[in-house]
Amino acid sequence: MTAAPAYGPALDLVTRVRGVRGAMLVSGDDGIVVAEQLMEGIKGAAVAALASSLAARLRRAMEAAGLGASLFWQLQCDQGGLLVVPAPSGILIVAVAEPDVNVGLVRLELLRAAEAVG
Amino acid sequence: MADEVKTLSSQLAQDPDSLVFLRLGELLRQKGQFDAAHRVALTGLERHPHLADAHDLYARILADKRDYERAFDEWDMTLRIAPSHVGALKGLAFLYFKVGDVGQALAHLETARQHAPDDPGVAQALALAQGGGSGAARAAAAAAEELAPTAGAAAPLEEARVFAGLEGAQEGLLLLDAKGQVLGGALKDPHGRDVTDAVAAYLAGVSHEAARTAKLLGLGRWTGVAAEGQHGHVHLTPPAGDALLLVVRDRAVPMGRLAIIAQRAAGAARRWLEQQA
Repeated sequence: MTAAPAYGPALDLVTRVRGVRGAMLVSGDDGIVVAEQLMEGIKGAAVAALASSLAARLRRAMEAAGLGASLFWQLQCDQGGLLVVPAPSGILIVAVAEPDVNVGLVRLELLRAAEAVG
Repeated sequence: MADEVKTLSSQLAQDPDSLVFLRLGELLRQKGQFDAAHRVALTGLERHPHLADAHDLYARILADKRDYERAFDEWDMTLRIAPSHVGALKGLAFLYFKVGDVGQALAHLETARQHAPDDPGVAQALALAQGGGSGAARAAAAAAEELAPTAGAAAPLEEARVFAGLEGAQEGLLLLDAKGQVLGGALKDPHGRDVTDAVAAYLAGVSHEAARTAKLLGLGRWTGVAAEGQHGHVHLTPPAGDALLLVVRDRAVPMGRLAIIAQRAAGAARRWLEQQA
């Protein structure tokens, strides 16, 4: 697991939740990993690119629907999920979670991390 | 039609929680079997007390039975649940015309027109009521006649409508193919503007990307995307194949309830997609 020192505490907020397999800060514009704390085997760069692309599509669709900016979204899967909060700066705070994770708690920590990242 | 009643009754018996009671109730109503329709609607309402379309169905049956006071209450309840429900707006306009309150009737019709500008019944009733060349009373009577939810005049529910009977079918449910082409439903923004095509275009490819992300992370099959917005919530579900189902509700609807609504709509979409295959 690696994270730029300035972003480490923000990622710590998320990864300390039980059931979280890793967290990343991703540039929302180009899908590049800014910082990451991921378990072995997770392909951070590829996940970041896809998460960024999904986030962009959702943001545009929600704005077109008059729902305003996306505050939190979650990709739900049979064996876990991807949880994302966009920070005001455009950075995405991304968590990879196991199926039995406390989604409400991860959401709260993602929002706190987004606030810390700015 | 008799076969259809039998089929729908059988479906309802197998799954008493399903929304098929809406179609069955409407069908019985169209056949003039008001008591049977009444029973089906009431049973459905007991199981789905917050479903706007269920209250609307019950109101139409009550109006058929000339129980206008209770019909008014049911349409009023429909609007409390779904303020832009065109059926309820038309129903209340009809009742206001019946009691001679043309102002209220026109106000409800105008609201209905904002939400359903292409509804010929609303346009015709407004034209008749505002024409008034032959006197206000006769104009109102003609408009009421146009709006009357009588069984014979009621348009049958189209089997082909993907989300027939589901709450928000024409404003907050959208079924798309992988290329972002609309298969059914419609979407309106909070101001009532149709945003179906724009939203569909932005969502093209989401199903594919969600599947790739899930595969890359070894998370199995993706089952949904839930998103919170500043003014509303969104739930995306893959009902079958590459199709994508979008359900939108305002922030008053909790995410958990939205997931249940999406699940029901996905069932309807899946059945429809299977019929088309």
